[in-house]
Amino acid sequence: MRRMLLALALVGAGLLAAFGASARGAQESTAAKEPVTISFWSPYTARELGILNSAFAAFHKKYPWITVKSTGNTNPTKVTAAIRGGNAPDAVALFETDTLGAFCGSGAWIDLASRIKADRVNMSLFPKTIRDYTLYGDKRCALPLLADTYGLYYNKTMFAKAGLTSPPKTLAQLSAYAKKLTTRNSDGSIKVLGFNPIMNWYENAPAHWGPMVGATWMKDGKSNLAGDPGWAQLLRWQKSLVDAFGYKNLVKWEAQAGDEWTASNAFETGKLGMNIDGEYRTAFIKADAPKLRYGTAPHPVSKPSLYGSGFVIGTIMGIPKGSDHEDEAWLLLKYLATDTKALTNLSLGLRNLPSTLPTLKNPVLRKDPRFRTFLDIFANPRSSTQPVLKIGAQNQTLFQTFIDKWQAGHVKSQDLVPGLANVDKQIDAAIAQSGQVP
Amino acid sequence: MTSAPVAGALAAGVERDRRRAKRKAAWRRRGLVLGLMSPWILGFTIFFAYPLAMSAYLSFTHYDLLSSPRWVGLANYRYLFEQDQLVWPAVKNTLWMMAVFVPAQALFAFGLAFMLTRARYGVGVFRTVFYLPALAPVVAATLGFVYLLNPGTGPVNILLERLGIPTPLWFDSPQWSKPSLVLLGLWGTGTMMIIFLAALIDVPRQLYESADLDGAGPLQRLRYVTLPSISPVILFAVVIGVIDSLQYFTQAYVASAIASGQAASEGPTSIGYPENSTLFYPVLLYLQAFSYFNMGYASAMTMLLLGVALVVTLLILRSSKLWVFYQGARR
Repeated sequence: MRRMLLALALVGAGLLAAFGASARGAQESTAAKEPVTISFWSPYTARELGILNSAFAAFHKKYPWITVKSTGNTNPTKVTAAIRGGNAPDAVALFETDTLGAFCGSGAWIDLASRIKADRVNMSLFPKTIRDYTLYGDKRCALPLLADTYGLYYNKTMFAKAGLTSPPKTLAQLSAYAKKLTTRNSDGSIKVLGFNPIMNWYENAPAHWGPMVGATWMKDGKSNLAGDPGWAQLLRWQKSLVDAFGYKNLVKWEAQAGDEWTASNAFETGKLGMNIDGEYRTAFIKADAPKLRYGTAPHPVSKPSLYGSGFVIGTIMGIPKGSDHEDEAWLLLKYLATDTKALTNLSLGLRNLPSTLPTLKNPVLRKDPRFRTFLDIFANPRSSTQPVLKIGAQNQTLFQTFIDKWQAGHVKSQDLVPGLANVDKQIDAAIAQSGQVP
Repeated sequence: MTSAPVAGALAAGVERDRRRAKRKAAWRRRGLVLGLMSPWILGFTIFFAYPLAMSAYLSFTHYDLLSSPRWVGLANYRYLFEQDQLVWPAVKNTLWMMAVFVPAQALFAFGLAFMLTRARYGVGVFRTVFYLPALAPVVAATLGFVYLLNPGTGPVNILLERLGIPTPLWFDSPQWSKPSLVLLGLWGTGTMMIIFLAALIDVPRQLYESADLDGAGPLQRLRYVTLPSISPVILFAVVIGVIDSLQYFTQAYVASAIASGQAASEGPTSIGYPENSTLFYPVLLYLQAFSYFNMGYASAMTMLLLGVALVVTLLILRSSKLWVFYQGARR
């Protein structure tokens, strides 16, 4: 009898605990069911904003008491002005990942660490690259909203015509293929270019190309462009290809190549045989040049172990200090960053990469092999991103300025590494001036 | 006899009253003047004095626009003069623009105006045609010039190629980017041309007649009659040109972004393209303030710009005593 009573008591206690827990959960949701409208600013416009808004509609279904008022076409300047004016939105998304240092370092975006911990958000859902670019120092003020990665696009028709059967895997192959695919006009000017080695054109940027040689930006809180032999290797290879085509010829070709973000994009119009670009180009090609026969592959690399990796970056989301509805804004951020269904729909609509590793396995996303290439680059553990600094993109601007001189032939070969060391010096001085603690 | 002291006291009282009334009237006048000037005083304080004082203060702080300014003493100025390697190229580009564009603009506007005073037919049409570019929005005009001077498909290079003349890379070349901007500036110099035209028309005819009687040729008439007569306008053109050069921004910003093909990109890597040849001081200042959120340092840059503008303008005004003539004024 005693045993029975004990068993009953245990069952009763269990039931009470269970009901209590569900009652507490219900209480939380009941308490939160006071209708709330939160404002969300994002940089998206037109069609893309519509796709994002459909995610908000799904969010509203999941959290019926929260309505999201969505505003597009924002940028860091607008967000800064709103925060300064005390009219900050409840949550914000920005394309400019490198502004995180300014927003997080100043405390203008709140640190999400305690909320991540309280809600037990599993950060290993995200690849390391994403964990890196949403972190400033020891503060995590951002969560990701989709991601971009970069790989090689190649024109299959041009490849077949030149007798090439597969995309290049090494830098030497890339140079050889680029020359083979290039055709010239009767006056010697370039008609069709195999590959454009000029940096600061379309997506040709040191950050995007660095993973080709496994180059790193920083070491022990200091700029490391001269210290990492990868950068010099990349620039020497790049310059040799520039010289093979002729700098002036390339600049002239670029001037008539067409705008990157319109249907006159050089790769889409067949003026360019190979190009390093983001996964979003697949959507542009589908819309602008559906008949283009092309393939995608990881970009060529300097050593086999790097093959399959690439540069990863993405849109960041944060909660500005002074948000009136921090709790609801957090629910929205968590939903957009981690909900598999939402991420799949956003990825399909915007043709960007979903930010979590489990979503990458979704067969719906993996259907198109050209898009699949980028999903795999994104998941590659050797893929890398850029450092988050308080100086924003200033390090990249200073580096690009030096590269402009280098590729134009205004820096002697023996001055390359000293030149990079001088860029390091400038970046370090700017970091020190910004007040960022290494 | 007590009348003398009484009269004296009375006179003193009257004098005191008169002085008081005068003071009162003077205060009333001052009050009226202040009242009439108050819109300007308000505007000056809000839009000039306060921002200037704030800039001066912020130049001694680290200020990222988002958190409170933090006092750093002379650190921003030390970085400006000792460490920021972009400052000197930006200063050099700005000085280049001042040295080349200001005289070129004055000469070009004067030349056009001079020709218009000589034209017999269609003066109105030519005046309109030459003035019209001044009405074009700066961004649109810059876009137009980047298109015209496109090294690959631009009509200018196509024409030069047909004539067998070497074709520059224009906005894509560090040697030609600033001359291209000068061409753009000269194209839109209509306002200055109209001012010169008005000054030229205003030169008294009798001075030319006297010069003719003295046997002066066309060059001597220009040297001894026209130029001295319009020298105040030349001074105006130079001062305005120098200030414009020191604030040169929009054309350089747009041209570098478009020519580099990075107009739609999110980063500022195209600014100054190519090779920092279009990185003017105000462009660098803007980048620091609004792209890098480095407002304290940008304020220090502003203070330097203000100082240079003041010194250069004062030098020009000082030198003007030697070459500017005002009608009716004694020398």
